[in-house]
Amino acid sequence: MKLLVLQSMNQTLGRFYDMLLQFLPHLLAMLIIFVAGWVVAIIVKIVARRLMALARVNTLSEGSGITQILRKADLPAPLELLSRVVFWVVWIAFLLLGLDALNVPELHVQIARLFQLLPDIFVALIILFLGFLAANFFSRAALLAAVNANLPSARLVSGFVRFLIILLTITMALEQLALAQRTVLITFTIAFGAIMLSLAIAFGIGGRNVAQGMLERVFRPALSKKEDDKEKAEEIPPL
Amino acid sequence: MPESSTISEEFLRQLTAVGEVDILVGVPTFNNRDSIERVVSALQVGLTKYFQRERCVLINPDGGSTDGTPEIFKNASVRDFSMLLTSNPLRTFHRLSAPYHGIPGKETALRTLFTAADLLRAKACAIVSPDSLSITPEWVDSLVRPIYRENFDFAAPVYQRRKFDGLLVKGLVSPAVAALYGRKIHEPVGTDLGLSGRLACHFLGKDVWEQDITTFGMEIWMTTTAIVDDFRICESFLGPKIQAAKQYGQDVAGTVRQVVGSLFRCLDEHEPFWKGRDTCEDLPLFGFQYDVALEPIQLSKRRIMDTFRSQVDQLVPILESILAPQTLVEIRNVVQLADREFHYPDELWVKTIYEFAAAHHHSAINRDHLLQALPPLYRGWVSSFVSQNQKADAAKIDQKLEALSHDFERLKPYLIDRWNAEAGGER
Repeated sequence: MKLLVLQSMNQTLGRFYDMLLQFLPHLLAMLIIFVAGWVVAIIVKIVARRLMALARVNTLSEGSGITQILRKADLPAPLELLSRVVFWVVWIAFLLLGLDALNVPELHVQIARLFQLLPDIFVALIILFLGFLAANFFSRAALLAAVNANLPSARLVSGFVRFLIILLTITMALEQLALAQRTVLITFTIAFGAIMLSLAIAFGIGGRNVAQGMLERVFRPALSKKEDDKEKAEEIPPL
Repeated sequence: MPESSTISEEFLRQLTAVGEVDILVGVPTFNNRDSIERVVSALQVGLTKYFQRERCVLINPDGGSTDGTPEIFKNASVRDFSMLLTSNPLRTFHRLSAPYHGIPGKETALRTLFTAADLLRAKACAIVSPDSLSITPEWVDSLVRPIYRENFDFAAPVYQRRKFDGLLVKGLVSPAVAALYGRKIHEPVGTDLGLSGRLACHFLGKDVWEQDITTFGMEIWMTTTAIVDDFRICESFLGPKIQAAKQYGQDVAGTVRQVVGSLFRCLDEHEPFWKGRDTCEDLPLFGFQYDVALEPIQLSKRRIMDTFRSQVDQLVPILESILAPQTLVEIRNVVQLADREFHYPDELWVKTIYEFAAAHHHSAINRDHLLQALPPLYRGWVSSFVSQNQKADAAKIDQKLEALSHDFERLKPYLIDRWNAEAGGER
């Protein structure tokens, strides 16, 4: 009996040893790929950083307003952020390759699925990034235009523009990922319809006089000219 | 170098028929039928009276007027010169009007005039605004004589303005140009000016005609370029400046954006020059100076003040990206002041402008957005200036503006510090 137990243990240990012997080279390969990937990622990061510095990425992003958005989000400067992104993209690619080297079938399938999804995730991230940039740019433009036109609720106009662009952006990003497409579409349609309806009610009831004034300016300019002249008389001469 | 592509074949033929000239007077127009006849008559009398023996040409580059301006220009005539106390012209008086090629705008019109000056080998040129209601024949003498007889290259105008008129020029552009470029020019954006044929060719040869710098604010570019490239500059007194009402159609925000934007772009272009200047010189002033009692401009300071307060409140998030924290705190303190105590200090105004200039240089935010954030602050300074000088006479106002000009000079190192600061660094 004792002998049988010992034999069984020996066989199990032998099988474990064999498996370990088969697995260890894969593990070693994985670790080597991880380390090599880390080194390659650092080199690529340094090269990318220098190239971007030569292309004056920081100055360009200052001009386009990207730096300000990142600063507000408590993120590093664009040059640093982009070089970090490059590092992680390269290293994650190596990490996935390393995991694949383990030769575990289930893991292999999951990694393959992840690789298939990567382009969509990447495009969705780009859509989100550009959408947030556009939202920031156009909401600021709307705020300045409304303020200089002396509209009473400039911030409301600006906030509305930002909200609308972000809503559109998120919808597009989710559409790209093919996540809950029908729900997203219905939500967007309801939200957009609700906004337009509320605007129509607000303008129709609350802003009836404003609408009347605007229409009179367009179709009966002679009547509103006197008021315009009075306003201009009190305004600063441009030059 | 002639850029004949800016002028049509027909106009080129007309210019060839004219031959060489001594004096070229240009009147760029766009729908100016109400004032153009008076302007042309004044120029015609002025040229006949003061430059009787010279070969003169009057050119009208038109930006596509639909109200018959070019026809009025061609047909305007002086019936009896003797009634105007001058003799008849001794030489043929050429008068050309032609639509110009390219994008409608002042820069294309001026480029056409400079090309014509180059082709006709004009010795002296004058450019006159088509909507000057107060123009007299003497303007021709004041603008052309310093160039033609005294060998100056650029004659900037000096106008007598109504009280509180031209505050953007007096309170911002003129003192900034004086402090940074080292020349006291009263009207760096004056629309009536004289220049030599040599300077016209120099402007024409500049590689800027397709750039933003000339799209808006040509006058400030011409003035600062003449200073930087060391041309002989003077000023000419023209008397009161009264423009046709159309000029006032443009809003303050649009004008501030164009004029100040041009100034900031010139600062970028001329950075090595203005950083190296530390003196400010007066310019020779031609013409007999006189005062005419002009009705002051009526401004509703209360309304401007209220507009300033509400606009600054709404723009705080944008101003944070442009101004130094301390400056913004001080501006917000001004916003809180009651009407009677309302005061936007000169030093704060100068720092505001210099911080905007540096932020524009560093592109702290989109440059067009940055310029749109300035008009509300300009309203603040205007309402403060008007409140402080409601009862002041012209001499007292001049003293205040002189003090402001000194502040611009004194704080120049502050601008240079901020200009040199790393983009995105602590400001």
